[in-house]
Amino acid sequence: MGRYVLRRLLQLIPVFVGTTFLIYFLVWAVPGDPFTGMCGERPCPPQFVAAMTDKYNLDDNVVVQYLKYMGTLLTGDFGQTYAEQPIGDMIANAAPVSVRLAVIAVIIEAVIGVTAGILTGLRGRGFLDNLVLVSTLFLIAIPTFVTGFVIQIVLGFQLEILTPTVSTEAKWSELIIPGFVLGSLSMAYVSRLTRASISENRRADFMRTALAKGQPKSRIVGVHLLRNSAIPVITFLGTDIGNLMGGAIVTEGIFGIHGIGKLIFDGINDKQGAIVTGVVVLLVLVFLLVNLIIDLMYAVLDPRIRYD
Amino acid sequence: MADSYEPGAVPDGPLLEVEDLYVEFRTRDGVAKVLNGVSYHVDAGETLAVLGESGSGKSVTAQAIMGILDTPPAVVTGGEIRFHGENLLAVGEERRNEVRAEGVAIIFQDALSALNPVYTVGFQIEEQLRVRQGMSRRDARDRAVELLDLVRIPNAARRVRQYPHEFSGGMRQRAMIAMSLALDPEVLIADEPTTALDVTVQAQIMDLLKEIQVERRMGLILITHDLGVVAEVADRIAVMYAGRIVEHADAVSLYRTPGHPYTAALMDSLPRLDQKGSTLNTIKGLPPSLLNIPPGCPFHPRCPRAEDRCAVEVPPDHRLGLGRTSKCHFAEELVSRV
Repeated sequence: MGRYVLRRLLQLIPVFVGTTFLIYFLVWAVPGDPFTGMCGERPCPPQFVAAMTDKYNLDDNVVVQYLKYMGTLLTGDFGQTYAEQPIGDMIANAAPVSVRLAVIAVIIEAVIGVTAGILTGLRGRGFLDNLVLVSTLFLIAIPTFVTGFVIQIVLGFQLEILTPTVSTEAKWSELIIPGFVLGSLSMAYVSRLTRASISENRRADFMRTALAKGQPKSRIVGVHLLRNSAIPVITFLGTDIGNLMGGAIVTEGIFGIHGIGKLIFDGINDKQGAIVTGVVVLLVLVFLLVNLIIDLMYAVLDPRIRYD
Repeated sequence: MADSYEPGAVPDGPLLEVEDLYVEFRTRDGVAKVLNGVSYHVDAGETLAVLGESGSGKSVTAQAIMGILDTPPAVVTGGEIRFHGENLLAVGEERRNEVRAEGVAIIFQDALSALNPVYTVGFQIEEQLRVRQGMSRRDARDRAVELLDLVRIPNAARRVRQYPHEFSGGMRQRAMIAMSLALDPEVLIADEPTTALDVTVQAQIMDLLKEIQVERRMGLILITHDLGVVAEVADRIAVMYAGRIVEHADAVSLYRTPGHPYTAALMDSLPRLDQKGSTLNTIKGLPPSLLNIPPGCPFHPRCPRAEDRCAVEVPPDHRLGLGRTSKCHFAEELVSRV
């Protein structure tokens, strides 16, 4: 087990280098001039452009630029934007907001999705099953920006139950509705996955054995059925945490949340390679670690899997 | 024990008795009549073998006794299942649950899928003791080790902490047997316990079952399609075909003179050492579809002995003495031809 973890951690290095270089290269390849609009209406004076180009190594070959960037990154310095703001601080401000948003989304997915999945999986065909089936189909079919705007318009502007946008503090309570919007798609998947897993395991031979052993119904479901059915669901929820952190661009845009998603979006718009790469570095790390944790959890949930 | 199946031989009635049991599977394709009036019984210390091809209803009868039929599609439409004279089909789910494992326990053909893959073998034995008898974790663990020891699993103290997939096929079936014995059942149903095992292991498992049964004076219902397995252990044999018992006899008489053409055909299709090289006999045709059981005697389309009346008249039970019955119009004739 220890050796497996070590091997997995070492695997992080090439993946990390590969992903970060790819992102750096893609941002570098985006057409446009990073200094447009930096000097008001007029084009920037040549001295300024020369100084900036030198400071940010813009004349170097992209590989050299990347290596210089990684060099400073490894010292813990995320570098600066062209407006000379430290990127490390920007990420430090945005990340907690996105984490809160992702946590809310995952909780909503897990609680509502899993509950709906268990109920429909246990009861089988019927009114509730159809209701969940149709509503999850809706959620899957409708893009997030539609769900987001509809909820914002109905709850925020028409009913005035909540403020349509989130303040810069982004308190937990403000993030519940955006979290629901963000998690709604995965919630639909979670409920379907849970339902499928439950109804498949419900007919398993070991369920019949548990019944024949005279175990109470609640225990048969709670101990024998749920543990077996949880494996695919937990995997999905785990990977989704990574997705939600970086994939909240649309949701953050609609509700004006200053999180990681908005940071990336602005970074791409302004051709600020350092911001985009910095954020992606963080997301890649989160992703890889979450995946490692999930793989380790497999072995806990399913003893047939052993890493030796 | 030779005459314990005679009506009235046991003063307080048989231990477990199935009487005129009807079960249907209501599927989209129609109603499958899976059991059509099955009756059998088993007493303490006695082994009843239930013999038949796949789909003859032998496992369904066992599941009906345990109350573990998949409902829907399965529906019990008639009959009684009596344990110590109490009709289990008429009692509540709570009482039913008490009888499970404590009164009647069951072991299945495929122990790997019958055991829960994510819990240790010990846990699965202990949970019965803890939930049903309120035993402490530690006592239950000790008892589980004893039970594994009893079914001769080596290194029981270590094995108790292992998962089903870490056991070999034979060991898994032993663990399954240990689990079924946890609450000291009076009747054990073994549903094709050796079908998934190789021949040497089969013999060991059968010996173990037999030994435990004798020691505890349990009633044993052995469900199998393997005549070879039956011969050594069964006191009585019930042969099933298309959801009914076509012949019921003590093992010795049945082997000497089969009282039903189907039984005779089954015995004929056994491979025999003294007929090496000749083609294996098989029973012509296929078992009937339970959605559409042939009229008259259900076996008549495949029966070498069939006459015109067999396609029309349903043969009743012919009593052949010593508790022997056969659902064949020519039963008396078949038996007397020695």
